[in-house]
Amino acid sequence: MIINSRFFNRSELIGFLSLVLLLVVILPLCLDIFRLNLVAKYLTYAFVAIGLVMCWGYGGILSLGQGVFFGLGGYCMAMFLKLEASSVANTKIQSTPGIPDFMDWNQITALPMFWKPFNSLTLTIIAIFVVPALLAFIIGAAMFKRRVGGVYFAIITQAIAAIATILIIGQQGYTGGINGMTDLRTLLGWDIRTDSAKFILYFFEVACLFACIITAQFIRLTKLGRILVAMREQEDRVRFSGYSVANFKIFAFCAAAIFAAIGGAMFTLQIGFMSPSFVGIVPSIEMVIYTAVGGRSSIFGAVYGALLVNFAKTSLSESFPELWLFGLGGLFIAVVLFFPNGLSGIWRDHVQRHVDRLIASFSSKAKKDWVVKSAADGAPAE
Amino acid sequence: MFGDYSIGDLGAIFAMQGFAGLILFSVYVLMALGLAIIFGQMGVINMAHGEFMILGAYVTWMTSGFFQSYLPSLFSGYFFVAMILAFIASGALGMLVEWGLIRHLYKRPLDTLLATWGLSLILQQAYRSVFGAREVGVELPSWMMGSKQVTDTIEVPINGIFVMCLTLAITMVVAWIMFKSRWGQQVRAVVQNRVMAGAVGINTEKVDRYTFGLGCGIAGIAGSAFTMIGSTGPTSGQLYIVDTFLVVVFGGAASLFGTIASAFTISQAQSTMEFFMSGSMAKVLTLLSIVAILMIRPQGLFALKVRK
Repeated sequence: MIINSRFFNRSELIGFLSLVLLLVVILPLCLDIFRLNLVAKYLTYAFVAIGLVMCWGYGGILSLGQGVFFGLGGYCMAMFLKLEASSVANTKIQSTPGIPDFMDWNQITALPMFWKPFNSLTLTIIAIFVVPALLAFIIGAAMFKRRVGGVYFAIITQAIAAIATILIIGQQGYTGGINGMTDLRTLLGWDIRTDSAKFILYFFEVACLFACIITAQFIRLTKLGRILVAMREQEDRVRFSGYSVANFKIFAFCAAAIFAAIGGAMFTLQIGFMSPSFVGIVPSIEMVIYTAVGGRSSIFGAVYGALLVNFAKTSLSESFPELWLFGLGGLFIAVVLFFPNGLSGIWRDHVQRHVDRLIASFSSKAKKDWVVKSAADGAPAE
Repeated sequence: MFGDYSIGDLGAIFAMQGFAGLILFSVYVLMALGLAIIFGQMGVINMAHGEFMILGAYVTWMTSGFFQSYLPSLFSGYFFVAMILAFIASGALGMLVEWGLIRHLYKRPLDTLLATWGLSLILQQAYRSVFGAREVGVELPSWMMGSKQVTDTIEVPINGIFVMCLTLAITMVVAWIMFKSRWGQQVRAVVQNRVMAGAVGINTEKVDRYTFGLGCGIAGIAGSAFTMIGSTGPTSGQLYIVDTFLVVVFGGAASLFGTIASAFTISQAQSTMEFFMSGSMAKVLTLLSIVAILMIRPQGLFALKVRK
């Protein structure tokens, strides 16, 4: 088994196991399919948050453009599903059958070149990984090689998020414009809108999430992860020790982009549409909020942060729409001012000690019982 | 794309679009001046800057309403009162924010970004609760309406001219404050070396607070000017914040001259291209070229030459 005490330390093991218990057992048993689907939606942001922990928490690179990568993954998936939904038979009322409906509305008569690869699921899955990684590589290489970092990097990625939204909305004929890609129905003939499909997709997503968590943990434990943390603390020293700081940063940024894109693709599958409102500046910053609330240097914290903030968002904006922005803003200020390490920091600094003492007292009591019992049995006590 | 126009047409187009760009330039400069002081001089990323601007716009709107109902005879001059009130309101809020939030975060610039984003959400919702979600516009006094015919193909709106004159005046005042006044010297001393500035007797905390207040106050004036050319809603500030940050970064964060130059370049490029293609494509092209240039020259166009 990959999970041993060297791979996760004890508190991480507790975090991992409780997450498994929560996502695989408790939530599917307690929630109806509608709520479970909501959880699935929240979890898509957990992918982004894990990526942000890697590049922001470990590497010290704050990207405010994760929505772009989320959107790229989501749009890749949506393009595949859209093409499947607009078969010639389904779209025979259009003036050009066989192309997505929004292209028909925008007087485009043939499928554009860059849509062609998305007829194949294999190519789509490859694109979900390669396209965001490529974009992240270009941005990262151009910026980190010239030692642009910190604040400037954040502002430029933010500008890229703005560019992406304007581009998607402006190029209506190719992207579906502000409405995005809607009316996605089947995945290889399997209807993704049914309850059973949503149930299966939820478990598929959870499996992917754990795969991402383990990958991220693996990266963290290798020398690579240690160099990332060293870079965050003392970038110049790492550089003077002969490491290529830029390449490590590019790697972290690309990995974060891929995680975000996987989340985006999952989002499209779960929710059945993709639109520019998940790409721009506001969603990108909200993704940073989940990470900060959960704890920027803890993978599990980030997952819990994504779940909790989104849950609060849904329940607050359902019942008190005015309060939600006050709550979110206040939460954000409070996290930055008082708990810079987020929920996982609170756990580590204030709760864990008590839990440890509790476990210790239980185990010592159990041991004493065993000693008493074995003495009574006549066996030699340890 | 130029083929369909004669030379004379092109001249008129460039002149007209150039003037439209100058109005955009004025708003950029007013917003970016405040931001350049806060970001360039203090290193604080104020994502709520747009909301300070909108506060100024709302103050102007309220002042114009007040003058209309109670002092209709003085209505033609309300704008000057509104501008001062906008400066005071935004500046006071800025100082309050500095005291409550920013001063705890001076060593963590990225966290100021996150905290002020939270602040901007709160302010937006506050505006929505107080003033309603719809956009409001002010009524211009009669002398500001209409336009001036320069040549037979070119005419310029008077409110545009007014906003530009205002920008020029404010820029000169800010330049004087930062480079000539004693207080500006203190600001620059604190920026260069905080510990040493404190050691020679400058009250650095006070300087920080007033600097932040000044930056926010200028944003308030920008909001006041903004009402002359567009309507104001709770989320209008957010539309400008990324552009403004790019203006400041593009010009070189600590250089006021660079800020003005880059605001000019960006607004002119944007407005000229808008004539030949859709507004959104013009915006994409402008932003892309800024990002591309920043990748080649990360320190901006006019970086201060300092040893690090």
